[in-house]
Amino acid sequence: MTSDSDRLRERVRRSLDSQKRPTVTVLSSLLAAHDELGYLPEEAIEEVAAYAEASINDVWGVASFYTNFRFTPPAGRIVEVCWGPTCHLAGATDVLLRVQRELGLTGEGETADNRVTLKYNTCLGACSQAPVMSVDHHLKGRVTAETAGEAVGALMER
Amino acid sequence: MSSYSDLKQRADEHWQSLVAGDRPWIRVGAAMCGHAAGASEVLGALRAELAARGAEANVAEVGCLGLCFAEPLVDILRPGSSRLFFDNVAPGDVPALIDGYLLSGAVRGREPLGYLGDAPIDGVPDLNDLPGMRLQERIALRNAGSIAPGDVLQYVANGGYAGLNKALFDMDAGGVIKEVTDSGLRGRGGAAFPTGVKWSFLVRSPGPPKYILCNCEEGDPGAYNDKGILESDPYTLLEGMTIAGYATGASNGFVFIRHGHDGPIVRTEEAIEQAYGAGLLGRNILGSDFSFDVEVSLTGESYVAGEETALMESIEGNRSMPRSRPPFPAAAGVWGKPSNINNVKSLAYAPEIISRGSGWFSSLGVNRSTGTAIICLSGAVRRPGLYEVPMGVTLRQIVDEIGGGVPEGRSLRLLQTGGPLGGVLGADGLDIHLDFEEMSEAGAILGSGGVIVADDTACPVDVTRILVAFCQYESCGKCFPCRLGMTHLLEVVERIANLEGRVSDLGLMETVGQTMQAGSLCGHGQLGFNPIKSALTHFEADFRAHIEEKRCPAGRCPMPKLTPRNMRPFADELRRPAAASAAP
Repeated sequence: MTSDSDRLRERVRRSLDSQKRPTVTVLSSLLAAHDELGYLPEEAIEEVAAYAEASINDVWGVASFYTNFRFTPPAGRIVEVCWGPTCHLAGATDVLLRVQRELGLTGEGETADNRVTLKYNTCLGACSQAPVMSVDHHLKGRVTAETAGEAVGALMER
Repeated sequence: MSSYSDLKQRADEHWQSLVAGDRPWIRVGAAMCGHAAGASEVLGALRAELAARGAEANVAEVGCLGLCFAEPLVDILRPGSSRLFFDNVAPGDVPALIDGYLLSGAVRGREPLGYLGDAPIDGVPDLNDLPGMRLQERIALRNAGSIAPGDVLQYVANGGYAGLNKALFDMDAGGVIKEVTDSGLRGRGGAAFPTGVKWSFLVRSPGPPKYILCNCEEGDPGAYNDKGILESDPYTLLEGMTIAGYATGASNGFVFIRHGHDGPIVRTEEAIEQAYGAGLLGRNILGSDFSFDVEVSLTGESYVAGEETALMESIEGNRSMPRSRPPFPAAAGVWGKPSNINNVKSLAYAPEIISRGSGWFSSLGVNRSTGTAIICLSGAVRRPGLYEVPMGVTLRQIVDEIGGGVPEGRSLRLLQTGGPLGGVLGADGLDIHLDFEEMSEAGAILGSGGVIVADDTACPVDVTRILVAFCQYESCGKCFPCRLGMTHLLEVVERIANLEGRVSDLGLMETVGQTMQAGSLCGHGQLGFNPIKSALTHFEADFRAHIEEKRCPAGRCPMPKLTPRNMRPFADELRRPAAASAAP
């Protein structure tokens, strides 16, 4: 019988084996595993260590350094709001406050029903459309507290 | 027939079939700015409405023409006519565009932004005469918004790879380096080091392997020109890297991009695949005896990964923490092998410098700043965008002429240039010329080319708080003066912004800043005090009002503190669910 843990390991191993760029490293392997699972459970750390012939300690060192990695399962939907200077000047604080209110959060994290993850982003790369947010990695520019609140509210209703 | 002229002929035929065929060609701006403005919905509507009418047209996703304020930007080339541009197109506008202009040729209803091409269109301005375009001199961005980034033949048809062909068959490696040195091209990543001189360091290093590394980490908030080039015309970068490889005797290249910036990643990988298919990468490029391989390397989220030695650590798969120098990259770079690192923009100029000559490039610009600057203009202006202008124009020309100035009824209060480690300037900074030396004398840097404009509704102390929060969040933690110093500075700036500052805080920040500058390995710590230092130079009165009078002259502070703090937690803390932050 395969346990959940075995299934996770299997998925991680497959993602590591199917890396298509020629240079494979601890970091590239962590990114591949994270893309597959949405987070890095201990199983992923161990599999990456075995795959890249690195120590578990070294793999943890890399994983805990880059801020895009997370270690607990994310919710099904992800909302990111940019707080970079251009977005800040264009009203990102109001957008963030409204999004948090819709989600019942006071910071980053998952909603109580575990349906939506909120993440702050230092720059989503579309400053000319500030303020910018993204829903499931789809960029939305020129948002207002109202339009951002509607977009996030729609996620919570579904 | 040579392999290049064969390719060029195929490319020209392909291009003619697009621009002079019997089907209209519709191009939609689909870079990150286009997508953020709703380009995918517009593309969906275009395809659906065309199919519903049985109308035949080529629909292509292109990059950014630079007029980000006009996105989603759709242009229609009817057979025998010029490109007609429609700005801020919503999916609901699409039926009228198709029935009105595409099918009948009549310009009615929606007013177009302008046309581009040899055949004037009645009652429509030439796009190049618009204030946003007039001052521009587009070199690195010459194809942006005009060619499909996933089609190498369109690049070749527009003069692409003529530079590499010339380098490979008419010039030796030393000649290429001399040409780039003579052009006066200086690194556009921030340090402004002469590119040709940098390349010559790598020539002297033993190989193989030797590496050409292209830096597109671009984590600076307010900068999107590197990503813009990769999304709009990745071939100009690949050609530039190949020229650099030939000139320095390098065998391999890496394009270094941040994970999650999917547009630039996908476009670059498509372009690499196409270049291999066309014999423009790989073994015996264009039939010469030069071989060069390029791949994309992804980094996790880390601003410091854009520092050249940290970048090498990241390519090797480690934490992106800077190394001490010497040894310099040309002696011992990635995997200890000789390497050369350039920013996307610096490399993207190389093809045109080689094909048009160093004299042409150095005739643009002023003093020791030749060529163009690629400016990301954002914030409180009417026309934010991605603009390429000759060096030597003033910030005022960029903000007022190109950008259309601050919105009606407001006045300009503050400019932030060169990324978060750059500086802030007051309205009197508008007369500064884009010139590396003049900018740094003014206490700002041109850096990566970001220009963020704030109007008089903004509070300089509040802007400084955001910049410092960014620098704190992104300190890699290797050097304690930076790790602790940025945290300390943020604490103090937040205290001042909360109207709880102390009179001693100004001196305290100065002391911390000096320690960081003296005791940090890389620019992040060395320049981390810059935002505060420059803000104090231009806006001391605002700081004093916050501290001494407990009053924010702009009426904005205190603002809620919603910026994340990076405390570099231990593994056990990361594994704990983040439920604690949920409101009851």
